[in-house]
Formats: sequence, C-alpha cells, structure tokens
Amino acid sequence: MTNNNSFDAHREDFPIFSDLKDAYLDNAATSHKPYSVIEAEQTFYERYNSNPLRGFYPLSLEATNQVELARDKVRGFINAKSTKEIIFTKNATESINTAAFSFCTGNLKRGDKIVVAVTEHHSNMLPWRSAAKLIGADIEYLKCNNEGEFTAEEINRCIDERTKVVAVGIVSNVTGRTAPIDLIVQRAHQAGAVVFADGAQSVPHMKTDVQALDVDFLAFSGHKMLAAMGVGVLYGKEEILDKMPPFLTGGEMIDSVTLDEVTYAQLPSKFEAGTLNAAGIVSLGTAIDYYNSLDIEKIRQRELLLTKRAFEGLSAIPNVHIIGSSDHTDHAGILSFTVDGVHPHDVSEILSSDGICIRAGHHCAQPLLAHLGVYACSRASLMFYNTENEIDKFISSVSTIRQRMGYKDV
Amino acid sequence: MYNKSFYNEILIDHNMNPIHKHDIENAVCKLDGVNPSCGDSLTLMLNIEDNIIKNGSFTGVGCAVSQASADIMLDLIIGKTVDEAKEITELFMKMIQGTATEEEIEQLEEAGALRDISHMPARVKCAVLSWRTLSEVLTKQLK
Ligand SMILES: Cc1ncc(COP(=O)(O)O)c(C=O)c1O
Repeated sequence: MTNNNSFDAHREDFPIFSDLKDAYLDNAATSHKPYSVIEAEQTFYERYNSNPLRGFYPLSLEATNQVELARDKVRGFINAKSTKEIIFTKNATESINTAAFSFCTGNLKRGDKIVVAVTEHHSNMLPWRSAAKLIGADIEYLKCNNEGEFTAEEINRCIDERTKVVAVGIVSNVTGRTAPIDLIVQRAHQAGAVVFADGAQSVPHMKTDVQALDVDFLAFSGHKMLAAMGVGVLYGKEEILDKMPPFLTGGEMIDSVTLDEVTYAQLPSKFEAGTLNAAGIVSLGTAIDYYNSLDIEKIRQRELLLTKRAFEGLSAIPNVHIIGSSDHTDHAGILSFTVDGVHPHDVSEILSSDGICIRAGHHCAQPLLAHLGVYACSRASLMFYNTENEIDKFISSVSTIRQRMGYKDV
Repeated sequence: MYNKSFYNEILIDHNMNPIHKHDIENAVCKLDGVNPSCGDSLTLMLNIEDNIIKNGSFTGVGCAVSQASADIMLDLIIGKTVDEAKEITELFMKMIQGTATEEEIEQLEEAGALRDISHMPARVKCAVLSWRTLSEVLTKQLK
C-alpha cells in the first residue's frame, strides 16, 4: 500500500512550486522539472561542455560519455535490449517523422496500407499521411467507440494482409485511455505489419517494457517526463532500424564520405544527424534517476488515486460531461470534459481566474473530436506532484462555471 | 465566494441572449470569418443601402467573447453609415491594442465591456473576429 501523503513532500523537489500558487493541471502538455534535472542540465554546460562527437581530447570524451550514460538509462527505463535501439531526437514529433519517412520509404510501395488510430495526436497522424502520399500508400483509420475503446472486431477488421504499419498511441492525450497494445501487436505481426507506438502520454506515467509489449517502435518526449524541452526518444528494434535509410543527413551520422559515395554510421548515430542537445539528454537521464528513486509503479498508483478523486468530483457536477470511458480507472491522469452551453475557452478563462491551469481546445486531435462528435473540450491532466487540495479547488471552480456564465441552474 | 472573472454582465447577457444571432435571407453582403487559433467561425450578414447599414446579423459557433463581441458590434453599427462603422471599428481595434483614451472607449458604449481583452493576448483573436470580418466587408466587398 502506497503512503499517498508521502508524495506531497516531493512537491518540494520542484522549484516552480515555491513561486507558482496556481494549480497546474496541464501536465499532459508538459511536466515541471525537479531541481536535480535543472542542475544536471546546468552542470553539463559548466563542467562537460564540448561537442559530444567522440572527440580526441578528454573534455569531448567526457561529453560523449555523459550522453551515452543517459542513453543507457533510457534503455533501462523502457527495457530495450541495446543502446543501439535508442535514438535521440528533439521531441516525440521528430521521432515519429523520422520513423514514418525512413521506414515507409525503405519498406512500403504503392497500394500498401498504413493503419492509423483515429485517436492519434496530429503528431502521430500527419507524418504517416505525408509518408503515405509520397509513396502512394493508403491510410485507413482504426476507429474507437464512444468510450474511446478499440474493440477486437475493429482491430481484426482494420488490420489486414495489405497493412504494413499500424500507428497507435499507447495512451490517448484526449481520453486518457490505454489502447489494447497486445491485441494490436498480435494482429499486426500476424499480418506482417510493424507497430509504431506513440508513448508520449504513457511513458511518463506507467511502466514501459518494449520487449514485453513487443512494439517495433516507440516515441516519447523528455519534457513531458520531468526533463528539459528539446529532447525526444525514438526506440526501434535493432534489426528493423538497421535496414532503414537515414532520415536527416549531414554531420555526425556517417562513416565516410567521398564526392560520389557515402557510408552511413552504425546505429544509433545513423539517425542522429547534427549536434545533439547533449545537456537536455543528460537532463533526461537525471529525470529517469528521479523516476527510479520514486518507483514508477507507485507514481502510477498515486496518479490513479488523484484521477479517481477528480473523476468523481466532475461526474457529480450537473451539465458536465467527461469524454471517454465511464470508468475512472481508464483515464490514467487525463480528464477531458465539456460544460453544456459554455465554450471550452470560457471554461479555461474562468478556471484561470480561480488560479487553475488547464487546457482548452482541440488538443491537437481534431479528427478524434470530430469522430466523437465533440466540437472542442477542456482537459485537466495530472501528475504525481499534484495534490488532493488542487483537485478539490478545480472541482469547486468547475461547479460554479455555468452560474458565472449566466445560467440560472442551482 | 469565487474570484471575479472578466465576464461582466454585459458580456454574459449578449452571449446568452444575442439579439442579432440569426440568418438574414437575401443578405447583400455575407462573409465568413475564422479564428485561426481555435477554428471558431462566424458568418456576418449585412444589408447596406445608400451607404447606410440597414440591417445586420451573425451566425456561427464560438466562445462568449467572440459571440458577445459580434452582438455588441451589430448593435453599434446598424443604422450607421459605412464611414461611421469604419470609424467605430478603428476605435475598437485601438481599445483592444490598449491605446484608446477613456473618451474613445466611452464612444464605444457597450463594446467597452471588452476593454480588458487588451491584457489578454490569448483572447484578442476571439474579440476581433467579427470586427475583422466587418472591416473586410466594408473595405473589400463594397465597391
Ligand atoms: C499523444 C501525443 N503524441 C505526441 C505529442 C507531441 O509531443 P511533442 O510536442 O513533444 O513532440 C503529444 C504532445 O502533446 C502527445 O500528447
């Protein structure tokens, strides 16, 4: 049993909370950073700063070393087999673009099919659509029901022998629901397709084991998991990455270049053209140390408890509707909702005047909202450092919105 | 009990009970405006005769700011000449940019209820959606 209150002490690990009095409930957009992470980034510049390109002098070797240490921490965090499978990018979006263009140009032909879940963030939808267009491949959408759920029938219907890639988010940034990755992987592999998993909303909040999941690719962003902005990760199975052409070309991703020929570097350098955000990468390694010191399983339990409190509070308010599952355990820290007769921008404006930070709009998932028949919505997203007090403040503010917008209901 | 938000009675009333939110059949001027930051859209309809705005209305979906702003705007410009409407529009834009004087804001009558938008950069596009659309009609569609 987790001692839930012990988490309140960890708020002090985050410098922003000594200033910020507002309740920050927009963690799905980006998380806050603990002291250790901020210090790690600064220390890199103070002590190791040099280009991490395996240079010939001790400082550059140390910079390289720092990056490689972080790479191994990332590998361990998602249980990848090898550090060759961990590619650093600038964010999840760049990771997805890299995989989409490189994998598709290397492996797909006209008439092949790419399956994309309708729940996807634009970042895990548009790169696949662009790649499909380039190649002449078809896109088919894996549809969820009104509760944001993918049924086995839909998975079996949608993924067929023509399918070469299935792109799906592990946790939706709108509904918070976890996709049945096991069923999708099984069906996709049976059909000879690879599975690209967007872990942007799952990796920060639950244990991720890429070998157990057996996904072929995984993308996520450091900034949503306590690290600096400007670092993303692309995981790919070594045997697949090995055969893929590079996406960006240029410095630091070659073995040799002549005027007519080029031999690309081995993994992971082949996909890391140009100078990396080494300090940011180091901060991601430190963020992972922080996660490990708290234990991600305990973090998840804490976040599920906070989610339950917020879910039950919102459900009890008349004229407020939660999007997705009616079971709070399906929401994994994300609660999107609408208030009858009040536009989401007005909802967030009123919450903001009460000192509560949430997100409003289409959440970069316009096709999903259209599919669910919602024009736009507001979203509260939680992190372990949020408190029960903040949730209560949020609920009490939401319960006054209609009245403050002129509705006479009591 | 709760903090004051900037939604004052004038805004709430124009949002809840808009007078000019309906279609006009055979509107001479009709133009769609879109707020690029959120996708909210509005259609403005005007009947202009002898250089006078005889009638006007709007339809569409949007937040309280864009809806109230459109309704207040139509209140202000119906019955005015095209030049007068242009002047009011300029004043409104000045107020939103935070450069209008107290006297100028007074001339804007109920639209003055939106003055705080000048400190709310995220909502400027909502407030000016109908006014930009109007300005486009008056400067481009009228020959
Ligand atoms: C599910 C999902 N995928 C991808 C992204 C894109 O992340 P980034 O902007 O860090 O590239 C986000 C961020 O909001 C997300 O929620």
